[in-house]
Amino acid sequence: MIQLEQLSWQTSGRTILQQVSVSIPSGTYAMLMGPTGCGKTTLLEIICGLRQPSSGRVLLDGKDVTFLEPRERGIGYVPQDLALFPGLRVREQIGFAPRLRGVPQAEVDAQVVQLASQFGISHLLDRLPDLLSGGEKQRVALARALAARPRLLLLDEPLSALDEGMRAEAVALLQSVQQVHSLTVLHVTHSSSEAAALGTLHLRMAAGRLEVE
Amino acid sequence: MRLNRSNLCWLALALIAVGYLAFWALLLAATATYSTPDSWLHVLRSPEIRHATLMSLLTCTLAAALALLLAVPVGYLMSRLEFRGKAWLDAALDVPIILPPLVVGLCLLIFFQTWGGKQIEKIIPFTYQLSGVVLAQFVVAAAFAIRTMRGTFQHLPARPEDVALTLGCTRFQALWHVALPAARRGMVAAFCIAWARSLGEFGPILVFAGATRMKTEVLPTTVWLELSVGNLDAAVAVSLFMVLLAVLVLVAVRATGEKV
Repeated sequence: MIQLEQLSWQTSGRTILQQVSVSIPSGTYAMLMGPTGCGKTTLLEIICGLRQPSSGRVLLDGKDVTFLEPRERGIGYVPQDLALFPGLRVREQIGFAPRLRGVPQAEVDAQVVQLASQFGISHLLDRLPDLLSGGEKQRVALARALAARPRLLLLDEPLSALDEGMRAEAVALLQSVQQVHSLTVLHVTHSSSEAAALGTLHLRMAAGRLEVE
Repeated sequence: MRLNRSNLCWLALALIAVGYLAFWALLLAATATYSTPDSWLHVLRSPEIRHATLMSLLTCTLAAALALLLAVPVGYLMSRLEFRGKAWLDAALDVPIILPPLVVGLCLLIFFQTWGGKQIEKIIPFTYQLSGVVLAQFVVAAAFAIRTMRGTFQHLPARPEDVALTLGCTRFQALWHVALPAARRGMVAAFCIAWARSLGEFGPILVFAGATRMKTEVLPTTVWLELSVGNLDAAVAVSLFMVLLAVLVLVAVRATGEKV
């Protein structure tokens, strides 16, 4: 379960987030919508620890993680631009988190093969990010995030770069990933159809405030 | 192509650029034709010049390596962290670039006369030593390397490093595993620029390390020593050799694709 308590964030005298409070139960697929620039990305960055809130708390399964470093939170984050590591092959991207934790190479390889198979990217393991299509990049970014075995997955408009046909496929993939890995997901989108297809909880942000729909 | 006003403007600007390049070509051509290739080879084979060449290659490589070691962390800091007084620090890092070279040498010379400087010299002697040549080259080359690395990191998106933090990296690991591999070409460019800058360094070396033949003599010192005794042929040969090295470095930097 993730709980946000009275989160606020100000910059240069402007209030971006204002007393944001919400509880998202474990296993929920929460969709977050709102106009551009309303603070959705800022909220995700605060939850995963890339920004410190001006005030308020972030609790994960009842534990206050507000001042923990991002690496200590167990949260997977897939930003809008996917941010694949330049110069690393798909195999290295997916194996990045387990290798960092000192998992033996044989286990890392097995995990990479299993995730690649689940995401249908086994044939891309030796490719560099520059040689991947938008849909392939999105799958690699998801596999890379899941390799760290997160409790919570934050997705910032992950399907925005995909065309209509691929988007339907990606929606099905996200649904299956959430169920297979028993994840809590917070997914930012501008698409009502995407929200309707995936969301079990619908949140709307406007003028720095968050409402449950 | 019709010669309209816009074309005329471009033509005038192109003429200015061509005129400048032509001036440089004339300078180099005049220097190159001053003496014969036989004379250059004869000069470059002399023991003093060979020693100075070797010392230049050695000191420039050391200074550039040290400059890169400093430039990577400082460049990363300046490109990724926002903090109070950053504009002032940014300006301060450029000071070695704008200081007159002789002043840099004088500052080094005076610092090593102070108590702190003398303590350092008890461990590694610098004044009028070959290590002083490296230090004099380093203090200026580092400023250029920092500028290059800062530009390199600024052009790299920070987002992959953010994602690396959520995947379990410390900030240092994100720099090591994500930013540095992506900045490889910039690092090569920074090294080459620091090397080329070190190769041409003269003022600080003359003041701080002296111009002792076969000891602290590097190629720019050779040009000065040969000029001071009226041996223009030797000065020209060494100068042309330095031009060749500089061109090679320029080609290497361009090959990295970094803009400097």
